[in-house]
Amino acid sequence: MTEFFLIAGMAIATFGIRYIMFGASSHITLPPALLGALRYVPPVVLTAIVVPEVLLQSDGLDVSYLNARLIGAIAAAIVGGATQNLLLTIVVGMAVFFSWQALLS
Amino acid sequence: MSPRREFWAGARDILPLIIGAIPFGIIFGTLAPVSGLSAGGTMAMSGLVFAGSSQFIAMGMIAAGTGWPLIVMTTFVVNLRHLLYAVSLVPHVKRLPQRWKAVLAFWLTDEAFAVVIRRYNAQDASPFKHWYYLGAAIAMYSNWQLCTLLGITVGRALPNAAEWGLDFAMSVTFIGMIIPYLKTKPMAIAVVVAGVVALAADPLPHKLGLMMAAMAGIAAGVVGQRILPSHA
Repeated sequence: MTEFFLIAGMAIATFGIRYIMFGASSHITLPPALLGALRYVPPVVLTAIVVPEVLLQSDGLDVSYLNARLIGAIAAAIVGGATQNLLLTIVVGMAVFFSWQALLS
Repeated sequence: MSPRREFWAGARDILPLIIGAIPFGIIFGTLAPVSGLSAGGTMAMSGLVFAGSSQFIAMGMIAAGTGWPLIVMTTFVVNLRHLLYAVSLVPHVKRLPQRWKAVLAFWLTDEAFAVVIRRYNAQDASPFKHWYYLGAAIAMYSNWQLCTLLGITVGRALPNAAEWGLDFAMSVTFIGMIIPYLKTKPMAIAVVVAGVVALAADPLPHKLGLMMAAMAGIAAGVVGQRILPSHA
């Protein structure tokens, strides 16, 4: 029974947050200043997710060649910057990460 | 592009992020029943809540014997970042019928947002970009259900999914998505500030570090835009 309330509550809380702005969106006109600020949302959110993923390992901050994620991320950033090709960035980043990990082990 | 082509393009473009989510789905399916959820409850949580971070945090709280009201409140806090995603999507979804809005909101995740906002910001004026969103969302959702089920059924027989390294697919995809934004100084400042704050605020619970980093990054970008002499 507790499980029912738990899952129902979590489902309502999650959907509520995801839906409230969409549901009201036809009545919302965002002011230009806010629209301008929202342009920053995608890059800053993605950065805020990626940076800890790459730099923080189980024993804290790891900025060294022993961190295969960092090496893979650097490779991805170089390829992405040079080519602006997303698929190539992903493939090279993953390949470098896996190769580096194999080299280290 | 036709609705059908938009749908499949969305499903295709989210594929790297799906790969990145596979280990987490399997780990959740493997560990949730051990933490005290029933197998049915584990599936129901993936099916009805569909929020990876919240599901993992809930699983830990269940194992610690926390009562459901507190877990539900925590879920609310963990999911606050979706407000930021939803506000960003408001200009793009406001003209859709309510049933579309409900469906697309249910499937709003970090991954869907990353892929879909990119499509909405693309220059072409396709009237069917919501079909792209739907395709990406359904692909992400199906994979999450499948991985949860795999975890429940055969999870313990699999080698530790946390060590596969597949989750790194999300990092490289996001890196590739961030780079095209770095064309102006305010944008670069915003990204650097977000990264530094994310590192510093990482110990905060409930994904609050992510929210804080995002807010700091946005503020830095807006301020940079005001005070820098020239920007594109």
